[in-house]
Amino acid sequence: MTERDTAQVHEGPPAPLIELRQVTKTYGAGAATMQALRGIDLRVADGDFVAVMGPSGSGKSTVMNILGCLDTPTSGSYRFRGIDVGGLSHDQRALLRRYYLGFVFQNYNLLSRTSALENVELPLIYRRTPARERRASAFEALRLVSLERWADHTPSELSGGQQQRVAVARAVVTEPAVLLADEPTGNLDSQCSREIIELLSTLNRERAITVVMVTHEPGMAAYARRIVRFMDGLVADETRSLSDFADHSDPTRPPDPSAEGFGPQAEASGVRAGSGPPNARRPQVEGT
Amino acid sequence: MLWDTILLAVRALRRNPLRSSLTTLGVVIGVAAVIAMVTLGSGTTAKVAADISSLGSNLLDVRPGQHPRPGGARMSAKSFKLKDAEAIAREVSGLAAVAATASKGTLAIFASQNWSTTATGSDNTYLTLRRWPLESGRPFTESEVRAGKMVCVLGATVRKQLFGGRNPLDASLRLGKLSCQVIGVLQAKGQGGFGGDQDDFILVPLRAFQRRIAGNQDVDAILVSAQDGASTTKVQRDITALMRERRHIGPHDEDDFHVMDMQEIVSTLTGVTRVLTGLLGAVAAVSLLVGGIGIMNIMMVSVTERTREIGTRLAIGALEREVLLQFLVEAGVLSLFGGTLGIVVGLAAALGGAQALGVPFVWNVGIIITAFLFSGAIGIGFGYFPARQAARLDPIEALRHE
Repeated sequence: MTERDTAQVHEGPPAPLIELRQVTKTYGAGAATMQALRGIDLRVADGDFVAVMGPSGSGKSTVMNILGCLDTPTSGSYRFRGIDVGGLSHDQRALLRRYYLGFVFQNYNLLSRTSALENVELPLIYRRTPARERRASAFEALRLVSLERWADHTPSELSGGQQQRVAVARAVVTEPAVLLADEPTGNLDSQCSREIIELLSTLNRERAITVVMVTHEPGMAAYARRIVRFMDGLVADETRSLSDFADHSDPTRPPDPSAEGFGPQAEASGVRAGSGPPNARRPQVEGT
Repeated sequence: MLWDTILLAVRALRRNPLRSSLTTLGVVIGVAAVIAMVTLGSGTTAKVAADISSLGSNLLDVRPGQHPRPGGARMSAKSFKLKDAEAIAREVSGLAAVAATASKGTLAIFASQNWSTTATGSDNTYLTLRRWPLESGRPFTESEVRAGKMVCVLGATVRKQLFGGRNPLDASLRLGKLSCQVIGVLQAKGQGGFGGDQDDFILVPLRAFQRRIAGNQDVDAILVSAQDGASTTKVQRDITALMRERRHIGPHDEDDFHVMDMQEIVSTLTGVTRVLTGLLGAVAAVSLLVGGIGIMNIMMVSVTERTREIGTRLAIGALEREVLLQFLVEAGVLSLFGGTLGIVVGLAAALGGAQALGVPFVWNVGIIITAFLFSGAIGIGFGYFPARQAARLDPIEALRHE
């Protein structure tokens, strides 16, 4: 793995890595229609660490799936590095995931009965990395999450926290542009949660991996540089956190607008509360 | 790429030994059952054909009454006499041997043993015609036949039942109320093509049989063998003409006797066993189907887990076709492995069964290939199509699959 120059990412106005515009997502049809997203605008810059918060049913997981190209929006545009993802084919989206995205899921989604090392190797197999290099990289990634001694263990032989660390290793072994984590600590106790969130934070700071994380725990969100709150399929508000320097135990601390490198960019990221156009404000159905 | 995929597939299979072995088992059972059954069936057909031809393929059987037809009532007809057999031997050309026979169920008794069997009256020619050598003792002498002496030659079963391990030669057994001296023992012939034990049989001179056992002069059947190279069709025609004349049948009346060519019997029986083989094959096909359903069930049961796996792989960046190729190769490897194992097991079972039943082992390459391809197709089909369903989903759908 090559170290990225973290300083570079924070200097100057970076091109938006991710840009969602008026994204909606509707599930079902007819009377059973459920509108999960009702017009989301979201920008994420390179090197950012965004926590997406909100009550369940607010659409935060849906937006993650759309960001991860695991799901397609009903309307609106999603640009990744300026490329319109909506115009990509099934396979092209798979390639986008392969080369740019890394995923960490709440329930880990490791392959069962498969060693930690092989799980971490999996994304490299699809990248056609030669076997020897693949093993070396996977081992390196496991070392990053301090699990090198558990390389031969299968998920069932690992604790939840260890499994999630394997999942993080699998997500970062390809050095993705973005790490998408959907409630990565949702199934873990506080000790393990802390390990995982610190791992993500470290990866963000030291490897300049952009992290977008869904969480409902304020203590976890506090590690992020930005916190975006969802409510009823819309962005309710957005705060800037001083994750790098802030006291993690106090997520309610007001954001400091003079935080280095963030001011103009955060302003430009244009997350406007309740800014959906009239056509996005359809009758709300229960359960959204 | 393909090699990587095969490695990936084999690795995936090794991770699920239970699922892999159950699937393989399904293929193995299906393939093995079909191969074993059809091979045994073919062996039985061959055995029947061989048995019948051991009777002598140029053998003709002349019996009173019309040709037995399925469902047809048999008209009673005047029986033959020894003179009819002598007339055939004298007047029909191209014959090797003629034997007049008559049979009746009789109780044979020796010491404290008794055994219900069939006594047949004929002469040495009968044994020649049936190609039935003696194991020990001697055949009838000319004078014994002419005088109708109560001497007998035993079939292997009768000898075993009455004498056990003792030597029966020169012993005196009783046939009904009559005493009869054993002069020879026949070699075992085993089960006949018609079913039934050919060795459960006692041969006495025809005259002795008629006079002492049957109490009449009737002859039940005249066995005739044509000379090598002589046309059995012509012999059959000549015998028919002769017998019509001797029995005074008018030109417009039907025969009241029939001449059966063994060739006909061979083809009839081979036809029957072929039907039986087909039946066995159908049973085997059902077991192949059941095996197939077993494979299908295993594949379907694991589809939830597999769907999530597919979701994970898609999320990580696998293309739909890469996932499908992997599953196809997995299913293919299992089917190939199971199919090969099934062939080995099936042939081994067929070999064992053939030995146990005393039928020859007959290669049937067609059925091996058919069974292999069919189970392969089932394995691949049911491994592949659920995977295809999953791989076409949006990854998130596959990941959420419950």
